Amino acid sequence: MKWVDYAQPSTLDDALNLLKKHGDKAGLLAGGTDLLVLLRANAKASDVIVDIKSVPELNQIKFDNNSGLTIGASVPCHEIYNDSNVKKYYPGIIDSASIIGGTQIQGRASLGGNLCNSAPSADAVPGMIAMGVTCKIAGSNGHREIPVEEFCLAPRKNVLKSDELLVSLNYPAPKPNTGARYIRFIPRNEMDIAVVGVGVYVELDNNKFKDVRISLASVAPKPIFVKEAGDAVIGKDVNEDSINIVAQKAKEAATPITDMRGTIEFRKHLCEVLTRRALITAIERAKETI
Amino acid sequence: MNAKVHVQTKINGEQVDFLCEPRQSLLECLRDIIGLTGSKEGCNDGNCGACTVLFDGRIVTSCLVLGVEVQGKEITTIEGIASPEGLHPIQEAFLENAALQCGICTPGFIVATKALLDHNPNPSEYQIRFWLANNLCRCTGYDKIVLAVQDAAGRLAASKN
Repeated sequence: MKWVDYAQPSTLDDALNLLKKHGDKAGLLAGGTDLLVLLRANAKASDVIVDIKSVPELNQIKFDNNSGLTIGASVPCHEIYNDSNVKKYYPGIIDSASIIGGTQIQGRASLGGNLCNSAPSADAVPGMIAMGVTCKIAGSNGHREIPVEEFCLAPRKNVLKSDELLVSLNYPAPKPNTGARYIRFIPRNEMDIAVVGVGVYVELDNNKFKDVRISLASVAPKPIFVKEAGDAVIGKDVNEDSINIVAQKAKEAATPITDMRGTIEFRKHLCEVLTRRALITAIERAKETI
Repeated sequence: MNAKVHVQTKINGEQVDFLCEPRQSLLECLRDIIGLTGSKEGCNDGNCGACTVLFDGRIVTSCLVLGVEVQGKEITTIEGIASPEGLHPIQEAFLENAALQCGICTPGFIVATKALLDHNPNPSEYQIRFWLANNLCRCTGYDKIVLAVQDAAGRLAASKN
């Protein structure tokens, strides 16, 4: 790793000015669990490391019953899963935040960083897509907000321009009769890259599906939103048949590759099994909320 | 070539000033600049946990922290675990349960165990294994480490009664 400079902007404007000046040569540092590894492996070259953890908008969790939950892009996982509002209203977020890396990684790594790293296997992203998260992006030409399913483009590629950064993630306000769940398959119990990951969000109305959103990771060049899987059962009774329809549609939407972590056939099979399991838990959670 | 950065921080309860390059990890700063060589370098990419330290009360792998980031923060390393009177009960438990062979991973395990037991004084075996998943040991097979953590939890509970 060559000589680099270090900057620690304390306002969003200062951070954006640094990005405008250095462009692609600025390495944004939140938890560093991806950035520092990439820099050392010479997989990324930065002239200046911009530590964004002192920018207030990026480093806070805010909750409001009407506007929902806003998680700053650099807030580490442990602060997220220890937050009382997250625990109470968004157990689906904890599913992801508590299994990204090990305990030490969770002390530093952020959900925003997991999204910006834009790995096809990102554990934080399917849950965000399922829950309908929007991304607040700031750049020298102002702010924009996009749905999270439009953020990633390809492995390690996303919509951020060189003068832009992710400010925060906005989770919709909690609603009664809703539940979310993220699960993944890995060959061991912890600390591994998902062979398949599934995020599910469900809203029920008198034992019928009112809204179902399914997202898959590790089965395409980016985490995908499988709209048709959820849409297929809107208005239908919640039962084994309808759950199986969603799982089957998820399996059909997956376009995985065969690699050291799993074959195409195995991954497609996992999409069906994990979607069914995640949906069952999300339904249970929805029934627990009143 | 740019200037080194002056960092002021608290390590194991003492105020420490040091100069480092921005690219240097906290682990490099601890070992090569400050002279605290208890934290070990295993993988240098966050997988093995041998360099685990407490950073404002949370465990982190110090290879994935920059030295410049600890300005104004508090760090506890393995050197800060024992007291002048003797070993910490966690260290005694690791010794007496033979929870180490080559010993390279041990400082990281002990710091991580300290954080676990501070936060959860009576963890289940599953909780211990989950918490310590970011610490790799290639000698012991982990069972003795888990037993040592359970023993340490018992010792700490007994010392409080």
